Amino acid sequence: MKSKNFLYSQKVAPYIFVLPFILSFAIFWIYPLITAFTMSFQDIGAIKSDWVGLANYTKLLKDKVFMIAVSNSAKYMFFTLVLLIPFPMLFAVLMDSNIVKAKGVWKAILYMPALTSVVISGTLFRLMFTEYKTGQMNLISQALGFGTYKWLKNGWSGMLALLVVACWRWTGVNMLYFLSGLKAIDTSLYEAADIDGASAIQKFRYVTLPLLKPTTVYVLTISVYAGLSMFLESYMLWAGNSSPNNIGLTIVGYLYKRGIEKNDMGYACAVGVVLLVVALIINFVQLILNGTFKKEED
Amino acid sequence: MNKQKDLSHSPKRILFTVLGTGFYALLCAIIAFPLLAGLLASFRPGTELIRRGLSIDLDFSTMTLNNYKYLFGGNVDSQKYFMWYKNSLIITLVSVVLTLFICYFVAYGLTMYNFPLQNVLFTLVIATMMVPFEILMLPMYKEIIALHLIDTYTGVIITGLCSASTIFFFRQYLGGLPKDLLSAARIDGANEYYISVKIILPLTKPAFASMGILCAMGAWNSILWPLLVLKGAEKFTLPIGLNTLLTPYGNNYDVLIAGSMFGILPIFVIFLLFQRYIIDGMTAGAVKG
Repeated sequence: MKSKNFLYSQKVAPYIFVLPFILSFAIFWIYPLITAFTMSFQDIGAIKSDWVGLANYTKLLKDKVFMIAVSNSAKYMFFTLVLLIPFPMLFAVLMDSNIVKAKGVWKAILYMPALTSVVISGTLFRLMFTEYKTGQMNLISQALGFGTYKWLKNGWSGMLALLVVACWRWTGVNMLYFLSGLKAIDTSLYEAADIDGASAIQKFRYVTLPLLKPTTVYVLTISVYAGLSMFLESYMLWAGNSSPNNIGLTIVGYLYKRGIEKNDMGYACAVGVVLLVVALIINFVQLILNGTFKKEED
Repeated sequence: MNKQKDLSHSPKRILFTVLGTGFYALLCAIIAFPLLAGLLASFRPGTELIRRGLSIDLDFSTMTLNNYKYLFGGNVDSQKYFMWYKNSLIITLVSVVLTLFICYFVAYGLTMYNFPLQNVLFTLVIATMMVPFEILMLPMYKEIIALHLIDTYTGVIITGLCSASTIFFFRQYLGGLPKDLLSAARIDGANEYYISVKIILPLTKPAFASMGILCAMGAWNSILWPLLVLKGAEKFTLPIGLNTLLTPYGNNYDVLIAGSMFGILPIFVIFLLFQRYIIDGMTAGAVKG
């Protein structure tokens, strides 16, 4: 009876509620995270593992394939930020205005790519970027007078294909993020700006943009992570984890190749640690530049 | 009132409306194109896909239902396909139900009480969002092997049950409820667990709907983790199974394209039914930061 009262007390109950999180955090987050670090200093064998110090990291620095993967992931992240923040933001402003009719229909259609599994969308886009002359991309390029092109066999066009898939999947989602940010802006601010005789561009610059900042920072943060850790899109576009001359290889793709396909877990974990450090640094710098850590001034 | 009515019918105004709406119609046509083309292609022989890519000529005379007849035909491929479909349904259902309840209770504990570790724990919830899953993937894979959970549904589901974003969303929702409810129920003699299940939980139905749909989408389309954990073809989920049909020989493209289109169906139906909840749930983190 006493133990029952103990478990039912207001002091103990919260710990019971959060217990699943504590367990999951310990087993499926902190333990694997620490293991990722310790494994990166080891040569992981089937039976026994040896400590090799920084050997995995020094090998990484000289690994040309890894450098290709880093460069691909960095380019991909950069271009997704350029394409998937300003345009969805402008689309959201347009969607929020009263000159667009049938908004529900457009929002639903724009969201559909996000519902589609990467296996399916990757297959569809691989067929559209085929080197045969009946593929959509080649139809476009022929119509423009350029003839057919081997889209998935050349560096720049392979990156283009990845970016097209990214824009296709995330434009609608990011637009919805910005749209909900716009809905949170007090309309009286626009009325005040109207009274002051502000133009549409001035209203966007001095009211919308600053007040949309929390949303922008959020989208930026998730985009940095998504960009740097992209893997499946490339895996599906080239039907497996190998593209010609590694034009589609990403950091996570290399981690997968080393860890799962080549069973070199220690080296793969070093790749993972580099990815984590890069992602944290970029986001930290981004958050500082955006003043997220500063106290509210007002 | 009158003035506004006049404005909305001015020629300039109508022109802008046509341009604005036309822009979205065009954008949506581009976005919808790959899916529509895939749908059209599913009514053509699979061999044509390999030879010609996603052809979209609207020649109804050459369209057939053969791919779908084959897919539902009860043959070996069809049995395999529906086994994967069933596996995906089971995994999705179990993981959604467990994730929702676990995350609800964790968020409840973090929101409804004041206790010493509260802020530390919430910071840890946020911290788990800061590390991409892909970095933890290999150690977790080794862990799952050590726990003898490899090639089991438990192994697929268990690692994602405490989803930080779901806890975060429930916490925001619960934070908006009046705390008086708890003290009133306590005065009536209700115990802590009774209150959380019988009094507060019914109030959070919209949050359950939002998160349920988002979790279902995630689980149905999940690829990377099931790809590592599941080894036997009889345990594969639908995306993993479809992926195995992508052989260079392309002898399975009939099943692949029809199966892909039929595989999108459940999630599209759920989306169209519960669209409002999805957008609420998805954008919750973006506005309040």
